[in-house]
Amino acid sequence: MHGGLVVGVSFAYLGLLFAIAYYGEKRAAEGRSLTNNPYIYTLSIAVYCTSWTFYGSVGLAAKSGLDYLPIYLGPTLVFILWSFVLVKIIRICKVHRITSIADFISSRYGKNFALGSLVTIIAVIGTTPYISLQLKSIATSFNLLVEFQNAGVPAYGAPFGIDTTLLVAIVLALFAILFGTRHIEASEHHEGLVAAIAFESLIKLFAFLAVGLFVTFSVFDGFGDLFFKAQAHGLSHLFTVSEDNDYSQWVTMTLLSMAAILFLPRQFYITAVENRDESQLRTAAWLFPLYLLVINIFVLPIAIGGKTAFAGMSSDADMYVLSVPIYFDQGKLALFAFIGGLSAATSMVIVASIALSTMVCNNLVMPLLLRWKWVDVTEGGDLSALLLTIRRASILIILLLGYGYFRIASESYSLVTIGLVSFTAAAQFAPAIIGGIFWKGGSSKGALTGLSLGFLIWTYTLLLPSFAQSGWLPINFISEGLFGISFLKPYALFGLNGFDSLSHALFWSMVANIGGYVVVSMWRELSPIDRIQGQLFVDVFDNALDQTERRNWQGTVTITALQELIGRFVGPGRAETNFKAFAKTNNSSLKGDDIADRQILNHAESLLSGAIGSATARVIIGSMIKGKNVSFNEVFQMLDETTQVIEYSRMLEVKSTELEETSLKLQQANKRLQEFDALKDEFLTTISHELRTPLTSIRAFSEILQEGTQVSTEERQNFLNIITKESERLTRLIDQILDLAKMEAGRMDWVITSLNPTSAVKDAIAIMDGLIQENNISLSLDIDKDLPNVQADRDKLVQVIINIVSNAIKFCANPGGIIQVSAHKQENALLVSITDNGRGILPEHQDYIFEKFHQAQENSKKMAAGTGLGLAICQQIITFFGGIIWADNAKNGGACISFSIPFAPQEDSADL
Amino acid sequence: MGYSVLVAEDEPNIVLSLQFIMKKAGLQVRIAEDGDQAILEIEKDRPNAILLDIMLPKRDGFSVCEVIKSNPEWSAIKVIMLTAKGREEDKQRALGLGADDYITKPFSTRELVDRVIELIQEGESANDPGTAPK
Repeated sequence: MHGGLVVGVSFAYLGLLFAIAYYGEKRAAEGRSLTNNPYIYTLSIAVYCTSWTFYGSVGLAAKSGLDYLPIYLGPTLVFILWSFVLVKIIRICKVHRITSIADFISSRYGKNFALGSLVTIIAVIGTTPYISLQLKSIATSFNLLVEFQNAGVPAYGAPFGIDTTLLVAIVLALFAILFGTRHIEASEHHEGLVAAIAFESLIKLFAFLAVGLFVTFSVFDGFGDLFFKAQAHGLSHLFTVSEDNDYSQWVTMTLLSMAAILFLPRQFYITAVENRDESQLRTAAWLFPLYLLVINIFVLPIAIGGKTAFAGMSSDADMYVLSVPIYFDQGKLALFAFIGGLSAATSMVIVASIALSTMVCNNLVMPLLLRWKWVDVTEGGDLSALLLTIRRASILIILLLGYGYFRIASESYSLVTIGLVSFTAAAQFAPAIIGGIFWKGGSSKGALTGLSLGFLIWTYTLLLPSFAQSGWLPINFISEGLFGISFLKPYALFGLNGFDSLSHALFWSMVANIGGYVVVSMWRELSPIDRIQGQLFVDVFDNALDQTERRNWQGTVTITALQELIGRFVGPGRAETNFKAFAKTNNSSLKGDDIADRQILNHAESLLSGAIGSATARVIIGSMIKGKNVSFNEVFQMLDETTQVIEYSRMLEVKSTELEETSLKLQQANKRLQEFDALKDEFLTTISHELRTPLTSIRAFSEILQEGTQVSTEERQNFLNIITKESERLTRLIDQILDLAKMEAGRMDWVITSLNPTSAVKDAIAIMDGLIQENNISLSLDIDKDLPNVQADRDKLVQVIINIVSNAIKFCANPGGIIQVSAHKQENALLVSITDNGRGILPEHQDYIFEKFHQAQENSKKMAAGTGLGLAICQQIITFFGGIIWADNAKNGGACISFSIPFAPQEDSADL
Repeated sequence: MGYSVLVAEDEPNIVLSLQFIMKKAGLQVRIAEDGDQAILEIEKDRPNAILLDIMLPKRDGFSVCEVIKSNPEWSAIKVIMLTAKGREEDKQRALGLGADDYITKPFSTRELVDRVIELIQEGESANDPGTAPK
């Protein structure tokens, strides 16, 4: 077949793909999405079926029969039985705007940069053999188609004078760049890409079925004939599980393919990141396994067809899909088969390189640029161009790496073996992700340890031996171990024999990976950010709504500045549209000069996450807010502080309860103060009243006397008497107020001596005698003989007794008032009681009787001299003397006011 | 002049001075020592005016004022509140209850008597001039 024709058809096919992609994007821009459809989604997941499936399965089936099946059994099991894992991963990706598997893992473990970059490195290195596998298949199939000689021996060569594989790598790189790096925001869906990938899945399926149908019904006469002739050729062992392999390899391959469908970077990207609607998974759960089943129906027939056709000849079983039609001279079918193989290979390369380039850019290069301050986010300039350049360069480098691996190692390996090396690398992500979404205890240190150990063992037991077998490393590295230490044989590490190399590598890498992850996670205390992210991921279905509430930025940046920043990563137009949409959905007006609030900052962060990954977005928003480049450490410190705030909130709750109690006490105190204030007000009014009342009389009689008319001598005398008495009353009141104020302020001049209480009591009674006579009161005295001295101010003590007796006069029965005054010795104190025969003290007044405001609440001021201050003054005086004063009711029902004062020490009384 | 005035006041010296000066001015004076007694005195014989102390025992001056002014037969009685409390809110309360005047102690006895007579005469000319005072 002419090389130009094949190249022309290939480019026409690629052009068609591009047209589909373009159409898909146009439809998406118009809002009529092509890919928001469960069938398209399922077909895009079929990117799982690469040239390995297309060519390699037949090769494996030709060698060892049904051994190719586990590669499809694993994904089928995952989709049918484990779709809840997928749903959870998809939901997390949506909520956290995850852009890649590296972003997922780094985001889960505290937006950890080291982890994100490690995952990226593992993914790139792990995917490299896989990409080289695709390049190899395209180059081989191309050469086969162009230069196939009838003998059926494919000749490798360079039809254009340069290496076909390198050319293929470069063309595919350009194609992937055109496809995948037109916009920057990775978490926005690449509708065109998905449409093209889905189309490719159809093409490879149809091509494979076409070859299968041809072999089964044209070369053979249906399945029955096929199996019959196979038996005749001694190929019946292909229908059973090969006996030279134990089942361990089946189990290994099933497990590996289960991990692969979930964690191969491109599968993760297509299944989780590009997913439009979780419900589409329901269709995929049955349709994808069905797709796998259909594409596998003719694997064995084609293998048998190739075996019988090339019986006795040397042939590459990996190329049967192509060589069998050629052998039977079916040029068009062969070309179709080639295109099918091309579609299988290109879809994988495109998706894988786009997914990887996103990871390289967001999780490796940008963080490093920011860390080394080669990029200053606080300065101006459009960074979206930089991001695109980084991604494009990474795509090219990734494909060149694939080519490099092809040159180094691929020649000596079958397609399937290369693929399984990649699968084992992808499986290293399983513990960190599965653990991360179901176990809150997983820590970033644990994940870092597990991944590192697993990756090291993968490198040692699979990658390096592949170099050794290709002659790039000494071959005795495999047979004798590193430095000749047999314990370190890469296929029998630590003396573990009996496994095939794949099971062996999987076993040891998983032991180290899971072990490291679990032990370190449990050994070291979780950092707060790990705890937060762990909770957000594990409980994604519970708190998807409030998760933005938990990441608190506090802003000092204006809306305009923020929009400019975002614009530099995603393009100014897109940023503006997005901000407007945000304002609209949130019913807020985003004014340029306003300070960005938490809500818009979180929105901006997630927008930026979509473009450059969550860890980097965090740093950039953080640096914007602080107005300088902040380091990752600073950002995590900020996060830790936030977490600590959350942790302290519980303590705050306790404090808040205490505060409530204090507040209650304060309220009570305040109420008491208000009551006090009201009492004081009342007291002042009372004082005013008490002052004005005698003044009124004095003024009235003075006026009467002044006018001098018609006042008899007797009346004049009486009036003058009243004026004098009222003046005295006024003086007394003023004295009392001043006394009380002095005593309360501690400025009273006391003259303390040791004095005889008997004489003091008698003196007081003598002073009151006039009033007592006036009111016809009979007063009885009962004083013990030889009362010891007390330490007191004589005038004040007399005043106390006068005040109490005045009260008694005021309240005792009228007529027939009786007052009893007693003074007794009671142990070491003087006890004085003054009892009247009035109504007594009402129980509700008992507590207040000594308060100076108390009288304000009493109406009685009948007997004059009632200032409401008498008893209050008494209490001040007695307390100063070290005694106590109290009130109760006597047996006769009258009031009894008593006080006691300690006797003076003996020597003092002797002195005086 | 045959105007009658009821003095509702519990401070004996003030009662004495008011009684003295109003008698000299030709007014008939009756005394009530507390609020309840004031009401009884009015029921007994309606006076032209009442000098009403606010801080009365048993029933305070506000209450007495309210009783007088809410009774149509008594509302013509001139109520002059006397108080030793200088508080503005008390004054407003008294006037709100319909008191005709509010006088703070200490007051000039001469002015007080003039004011009482003035109020009574005002009330007479405003009402039915034909009705002779008792």
